[in-house]
Amino acid sequence: MSLTSTLHLSQGAFTLDLDLDVADGEVVGLLGPNGSGKSTTLRCLAGLTAPQQGRISIGGATVEDTADGIDLPPERRSVGFVFQDYLLFPHLSVLDNVAFGPRSRGLDRKSARERAQHWLDRLEIGELAGRRPRHLSGGQAQRVALARALVTDPDLLLLDEPLAALDAGTKASVRSLVRRHVADFSGAVVLVTHDPIDAMVLADRVVVLEDGRAIQSGTPAEVAQRPASDYVAQLVGLNMLRGSAREGVVALASGASVHVADRSIAGDVLVAIRPEAISVHRQRPEGSARNAWPGRVAALESRGDVVRIEVATDPPLAAIVTPGAVASLSLHEGADVWLSVKATDLDVYPA
Amino acid sequence: MRTTRRATPLPIGILATVGVAFLAIPLLGLLLRTPWSRLPELLTSPVATEALRLSLICSLAATAIAVLVGVPLAWVLAQSRLPGTTAVRALVTLPLVLPPVVGGVALLLAFGRRGVVGQYLYDWFGVQLPFSTAGVILAEAFVAMPFLVITVEGALRSADPRYDEAAATLGAGRWTVLRRVTLPLIAPALIAGTVLAWARALGEFGATITFAGNLPGVTQTLPLAVYAALDTDRDAAIALSLVLLVASLAVLLLLRDRYLRASSS
Repeated sequence: MSLTSTLHLSQGAFTLDLDLDVADGEVVGLLGPNGSGKSTTLRCLAGLTAPQQGRISIGGATVEDTADGIDLPPERRSVGFVFQDYLLFPHLSVLDNVAFGPRSRGLDRKSARERAQHWLDRLEIGELAGRRPRHLSGGQAQRVALARALVTDPDLLLLDEPLAALDAGTKASVRSLVRRHVADFSGAVVLVTHDPIDAMVLADRVVVLEDGRAIQSGTPAEVAQRPASDYVAQLVGLNMLRGSAREGVVALASGASVHVADRSIAGDVLVAIRPEAISVHRQRPEGSARNAWPGRVAALESRGDVVRIEVATDPPLAAIVTPGAVASLSLHEGADVWLSVKATDLDVYPA
Repeated sequence: MRTTRRATPLPIGILATVGVAFLAIPLLGLLLRTPWSRLPELLTSPVATEALRLSLICSLAATAIAVLVGVPLAWVLAQSRLPGTTAVRALVTLPLVLPPVVGGVALLLAFGRRGVVGQYLYDWFGVQLPFSTAGVILAEAFVAMPFLVITVEGALRSADPRYDEAAATLGAGRWTVLRRVTLPLIAPALIAGTVLAWARALGEFGATITFAGNLPGVTQTLPLAVYAALDTDRDAAIALSLVLLVASLAVLLLLRDRYLRASSS
């Protein structure tokens, strides 16, 4: 394990309680809403914030152990940190920004600059060496920040919302670049994001953080298909229902119930429904669908070549239909509709 | 339809004109009465060159002292969250508003031959600060340092501490962070504070004459020489005043981005 950590920290009403282990070469994505403790976790790992209780070991070296009074400062931890807004030093050239780490770690100026130039070349921005950070585009600044964090060859790489500050066009190209270099990196990587696509593309494992606790951990596919929190369900666009299952019927808190195909599952469960699996009708549907609910269209939203409709039913659901269906059913806000979904299209799993 | 351009009410216009005239006329008077043809001769007289030399040495030395101890003081004030910080800041600011002559008296009582500290300096080391060039430097540093401390502390407090954090994660210890990140980032304020302190030291009069006296060649700096010459050789006083005016204008030009354009941005 390149990173093993146990963190406990209270700041006012907020409490962080997290065990996070990351293997060499593994990329863990911390996904969660604002205030869930993602950034605090990174700060604790880097030594910028001290946990009240905890143990952190990076690359085999114990850098934090509150029981033993060990609390190494950031400069003595083998950590590379890419900050959300990069924090490139405005008074230094790109080359000297990247050379700053090696210089601080004792390399002479010439060797440090050679190393920095090597990393700039690797990130295909060698020609920017002489520029000041204020003359860089967002994507270029991101690459410089990545080079600056990687040049010291850290055991742990921390990326705080690495793509959040970029516009959509730049984001895609920088994402693939980050993906490439993060994949080459031999140490452990912890990536903080609230963008599910970043987490899915960049991370080997996703840890969902809510209110300072890990509420789910798994591969991106697992987390996306079977979210354990409303937050992730919304992010990935799934309908998610909570209820109690018994003999193929899930009773929801609202009093409504849902029929599922799996009759063996019992107890507290989550039900994930893909919006594409939901059919929309103007009359009560006949046929095999056992789950049918009346409701009223609350919102229509065009999403490329499909339309997402939010329907106020019990439970409230979102469905995705084609623009053709919107026209032929003459759907509009306030229209009365029926929603139906086959029991076999519901994914039910323990909460 | 109303336009955004509004006429200035007459009374305000008149008072504003009086204000400008009030500030400009004395300076104009100085320029009109300057004996331009005798200027080289006046400025190369022994008294004048001595005063120029002393002023330059003392103001630069005082500025050096102010930077040497003022920057660390500003750093501590900017970092500290201890309850006494406000009191220390008030103390540091005091010489800004204290009448310089009071500062001179206070220096005399502290560093004079019978002073609280001065008696030991004299008894143990034979050092006598009053009426010496070192005393001039001390008096100038006393009144000039607050300008530097206030300017630098303000810059340090408004600086983004996350740059320091970024530097720390790159392996820089506190000293390296200070030297290579914190101070370079506040360089403009550091320069401005240094120039302000120097200008204040150059013009220092009250504390100097009280603490160090007015001895030609030893403690008679430019302002003191102007004061002394006013009775004996008015032209010499005007010539030396002109030198101080030019120095002030130079400071203003150097700091123009910082102060004169502040309101338009």
